[in-house]
Amino acid sequence: MQQPNTQSTSELILRETASQTAGPYVHIGLAPSVAGLPARDEEIWNRMAGPEAEGEPIEVVGTVIDGNGDLVRDALIEAWQADAKGVYQPFFDLRNAFNSFGRTATTFEGSSEWSLQTIKPGPVAHASGQPMAPHINLSIFARGVNVHLQTRLYFDDERDANAHCPVLSRIESPTRRQTLIASREAGDGDRVRYRFDIRLQGDGETVFFDF
Amino acid sequence: MHDEKTRFVERDRNWHPPAYAPGYKTSVARSPQQSLVSMQSPSVSEIGGPDFSGLRIGRYDNDLLLNFTQGQALPVGERIIMFGRVIDQFGKPVPNTLVEMWQANAGGRYRHRNDNYLAPLDPNFGGVGRTLTDEQGWYRFRTIKPGPYPWPNDPNSWRPAHIHVSVMGPSISTRLITQMYFEGDPLIPRCPIVNTVNDPDAVETMIGRLDMAHSKPMDCLAYRFDLVVRGRLQTYFENQ
Repeated sequence: MQQPNTQSTSELILRETASQTAGPYVHIGLAPSVAGLPARDEEIWNRMAGPEAEGEPIEVVGTVIDGNGDLVRDALIEAWQADAKGVYQPFFDLRNAFNSFGRTATTFEGSSEWSLQTIKPGPVAHASGQPMAPHINLSIFARGVNVHLQTRLYFDDERDANAHCPVLSRIESPTRRQTLIASREAGDGDRVRYRFDIRLQGDGETVFFDF
Repeated sequence: MHDEKTRFVERDRNWHPPAYAPGYKTSVARSPQQSLVSMQSPSVSEIGGPDFSGLRIGRYDNDLLLNFTQGQALPVGERIIMFGRVIDQFGKPVPNTLVEMWQANAGGRYRHRNDNYLAPLDPNFGGVGRTLTDEQGWYRFRTIKPGPYPWPNDPNSWRPAHIHVSVMGPSISTRLITQMYFEGDPLIPRCPIVNTVNDPDAVETMIGRLDMAHSKPMDCLAYRFDLVVRGRLQTYFENQ
């Protein structure tokens, strides 16, 4: 039977600190060498996997595009992914062969691509028990972005796994689902490359998640 | 045997600024038009997050008075301590979490290759800090109070003095970047970026408070800024 709601739980908890844009100078704080500052003893950056890492070495690249179709040249991206076995490695250490966390940024000049040197993640189990297709969680911070945007990158050579992924299936529109699929390209040397362009607004707008 | 099911208190999207906030002009072309897709049951991919307790933090990383010159010379500006606690929505401290910050110098100029404001760079100031919270969630930086500066939004927009603050928290779900403003600054209510936040109570969460008790006589003032990240809810299920 339905119980009467006698107490508001919202009164019992603190409110989260409000978000603000990371601004155009986010690099000073999170990517000092991009800003032109000296690197510190250790920096969190885009080499998530070294040569000893288990799994298939891959490079992931892409641009960030605004609603006018222009390149967003001041975006900072954070990546979070499982290892080749589908297990997260949260303990960050630059001496690890693989870290689940990385950062990258678009560039002020040229093609303005961000890139991650990593390994292809393995499938991770969903709360429902079903496997989720291999994916990389990405968070996008930029000037003009008031709360960071959260998305997932999937791989176009995982058609079967993608078709059964419980999170991809949450997206009603098959057209929109497609915005989360990175496409495989011929890479440099032995690293396979995937391209994943992030469209913040308008045509082909990337799916962003709330969780 | 127990299985732990973790969730975070839902992020109140009306409390945070909306993506589209036309008073802040850059948000107009950078805001998604489609709805966010809700994950009804977040997976391990959303519940986990990086642990930076093994990151080698340099001796001066949280001391902006010293870190750019490695202690050789001091920057110009009002010397301040910026400190506070990282807690979750249930008041629980968040230990060993990475807090990063960046700011302009006392003249309102950033040490960034794209900033060409009239105010000069300070040869003794970089403007970046980072630290890990202690076991009780406390963090602390020593720095100078940044200056306000003009920016091209309205014909005459000025940013109030502010320090950008980034906190990880226990999960990528608690990830948060904000800005700390200084109590009493008359530029706060005039700022188009502050005003992306609709609820005045939410603006209050971004104000650092002068704390005379933690200031140092004949040395520096102190500003307290607590960061509240999403609360973790845990339910335990008995397995047979």
